[in-house]
Amino acid sequence: MHFSRWKISVIAAVCLAGVLTALPNFLSKETLAWVPDFLPKKQLNLGLDLRGGAHLLLQMDTKELKKDWLDNLRGEVRKILRDAKIRYTGLGQTADAVRVKLVDPAQTNEALSQLRKLAQPVGGGMIAGADNDIAVSESGDGFITVAPTEAGIHQRSTNAAAAAIEVVRRRIDAIGTTEPDIVRQGTDRILVQVPGFDDTKKLKDLIGQTARLSFHDVHQQMSAEEARQTRVPPGYVIYPDQDDPNHEYLVQETPVVYGEDLTDAQPGFDSRTNEPIITFRFNQRAARIFGEYSSRHVGRPFAIVLDNGVINGKRDVKVLSAPVIREPILGGTGQISGSFTVDQANNLAIQLRSGALPATLSVIEERTVGPSLGADSIEAGILAGIIGSIAVSGFIIFAYGLFGLFAILAVAINLCLIVGLMSTIGSTLTLPGIAGLVLTVGMAVDSNVLIYERIREEMRNGKQPISAIDSGFQRALGTIVDSNLTTMIAGLVMFWLGAGPVRGFAVTLCLGILATMFTAFTVTRLMVSLWIASQKTRKIPAPL
Amino acid sequence: MFKGVDFWPHRRQFDLLRLRRPLVILTAFLLFVVMSSLFSKGLNFGIDFKGGSLLEVQSKSGPVDIADLRGKLSSLGLGDVQIQGLDRPEDALIRVEQQAASADLSVEQAQQAAADKVRAALGDNIEIRRVEVVGPGVSGELKQAGMIAVCLASIGILLYVWFRFEWQFGVAAIIATVHDISLTLGAFSLLNLDFGLNEVAALLTLAGYSINDTVVIFDRIRENLRRYKKMPLAQLVNLSVNETLSRTIITSLSTFLAVFAIYVFGGEVIHNFAFAMLFGIVAGTWSTIVIAAPFLVWVGVKRDWSGTDTAVAGRGAAAAAKA
Repeated sequence: MHFSRWKISVIAAVCLAGVLTALPNFLSKETLAWVPDFLPKKQLNLGLDLRGGAHLLLQMDTKELKKDWLDNLRGEVRKILRDAKIRYTGLGQTADAVRVKLVDPAQTNEALSQLRKLAQPVGGGMIAGADNDIAVSESGDGFITVAPTEAGIHQRSTNAAAAAIEVVRRRIDAIGTTEPDIVRQGTDRILVQVPGFDDTKKLKDLIGQTARLSFHDVHQQMSAEEARQTRVPPGYVIYPDQDDPNHEYLVQETPVVYGEDLTDAQPGFDSRTNEPIITFRFNQRAARIFGEYSSRHVGRPFAIVLDNGVINGKRDVKVLSAPVIREPILGGTGQISGSFTVDQANNLAIQLRSGALPATLSVIEERTVGPSLGADSIEAGILAGIIGSIAVSGFIIFAYGLFGLFAILAVAINLCLIVGLMSTIGSTLTLPGIAGLVLTVGMAVDSNVLIYERIREEMRNGKQPISAIDSGFQRALGTIVDSNLTTMIAGLVMFWLGAGPVRGFAVTLCLGILATMFTAFTVTRLMVSLWIASQKTRKIPAPL
Repeated sequence: MFKGVDFWPHRRQFDLLRLRRPLVILTAFLLFVVMSSLFSKGLNFGIDFKGGSLLEVQSKSGPVDIADLRGKLSSLGLGDVQIQGLDRPEDALIRVEQQAASADLSVEQAQQAAADKVRAALGDNIEIRRVEVVGPGVSGELKQAGMIAVCLASIGILLYVWFRFEWQFGVAAIIATVHDISLTLGAFSLLNLDFGLNEVAALLTLAGYSINDTVVIFDRIRENLRRYKKMPLAQLVNLSVNETLSRTIITSLSTFLAVFAIYVFGGEVIHNFAFAMLFGIVAGTWSTIVIAAPFLVWVGVKRDWSGTDTAVAGRGAAAAAKA
């Protein structure tokens, strides 16, 4: 039972560190500001269930992503074949590929070699022997198939998710909330956690739309109705008006300028009509292109098109407005009016500023906790903790007297170590996590119960107190390690497979087990050894 | 100095093995009752595993009028809408079943639309304190992950106990754990309690707790096997259980007290979680004494534990010599 001086100092240092790192959690923010910088100041991260906030799991629409890619590929196939002067008849696309039929089968090899230039190695050519992102093949009957490969689709999804995270972050930052947590899960999911913000409707409005803006030329001779009655000219599409779905525009499919070229978009009010509008600015390249375009098209309308991705199962593409160009627009700035409400104008400006999403994100899981419930939960957790601790302490002191008090002190240090460690490594405390702490109180007591019961047993078998204490600690050691490590296995599995609150619980449980093993063998033991040293008489009285 | 009250009657030996038959019959009966409920009625999965929406609401003034809420929400055409009052009269839980996909709405979008409709229908006097909407894809994955977690934890525990003791101990521990988990699941089914992600965490924790209890007794059995080489196994197991019984009771009581505080004061979100733990503490203690220890007597264990490693080597050498 002897402790060398350096061992005592190490144990004391660990306990002191535990208390010091745990302490900031019991201070208010104002008091904490007075704490000198050399002392730890980090407080526990509270989970969304405790502080309130929104948790959204978003799923990217990979089908839409693939369709966009195929649309694009079809355009490129058309361009390549035209440039190479290879004549074709059917150029169509299925869910998985673009197919084209050549007029002259003798040109097949030439077409194949031209089209294969479209393929890019996955990973940007950095990985030797990597697959290409698309495969070009001939299917015998004169058809050539251009199809994205598995590797290509995977790469696209991964890149798109990374881009989407950035866009989502910029959009959420624009609401001005504190520290949103946005991470990717798997290849095509994004987890968004916004603490202290429970207006999920606003979040979803902001995140749920791709908001791809583009500026298109409107067909000069033909109206949409005429096109519907006869046939839509190649390279043109029909988009409805935002306000009046019956009013449609026949616009060129390839935009003059893309929304990616916007450098700024701000909500505002039209000085004449006082309607909410959005003012925007192009980057230099787009300003030049648009300047040239508008000089050549004075007196004719152009369409400002907003693509909101797939909404309610349908592609939502609308013409926001189709103003007539009165004079060349050379400054690279302009405004969009489209009978918005103020909120719509604000949201759209944020969305345009932060860029378009590569694909629609749909909410597949939502968990929102209002701030008042969070506060109630903390209160309930603390109340349960205090009452539980009092009950356990009372019971243990009743059963073991002074040594019981040692056990309770050890458990208190144990709790400080857990809370301190959690504050330092920045792990998150959730409501189940508080339950984990209270459970730890119960289980930490177990190691002391094992030791004390063993001491009593040894004394019943006729041992002297001092040797009973000694063998009590020694013999309980193996049992404590075995029993705690098995619980730890369950804890590690939970941490590995669990999500959110469950994971928070696993963290407190595992840290609790480690702290329990530490305190049982050092802190309790040290206190008992100090008690033995403090006895005046040679013969130690029976402690239990 | 106050030495504490050693209230346990240490001299009294409970002959658990003679009581084995009635105890096992009682256990089998309990298991039969809960398992028949589990198989006939199944678990009342919460939205984590079933999909759907859950809203916790609070009336801003006075107790919440559940009948009025029911009237407002049942006319929305959202299928099964359950409204449940909570401990405080101003609080209520609203559950909306998973919505079906329609022509132009996917399931996820229909769920979002349903939750929005409920939000709109609640009116100004009701504050929404918590909203959970889980889509079918997510709930399926969560269910799978939960089952994998329970299985992996069991396998991990089996391997650890096997490694530290012998295979019989590992199997006994797993049987006891399976008993605890089934009994708790059965209780959830019988009482119609919501079973969600938090409850899976509770199951894993009670598996850990129950195994903790079992390992303590196994440790004592191993120690006694080394000490009393000639004592009949039944008597030895009985002795070991009795020697550790005071510890078992005190630890179970203190853990029970701590979890009971959570159960009573911890709030709605972890109410069922705490219930699972409370139930598990009792079941875990029970299964150790009534299932795990007697199982060892039944299958028998290795008797020569003097210097475990050398004994195995010796046996190997003897076998080699024979050949």
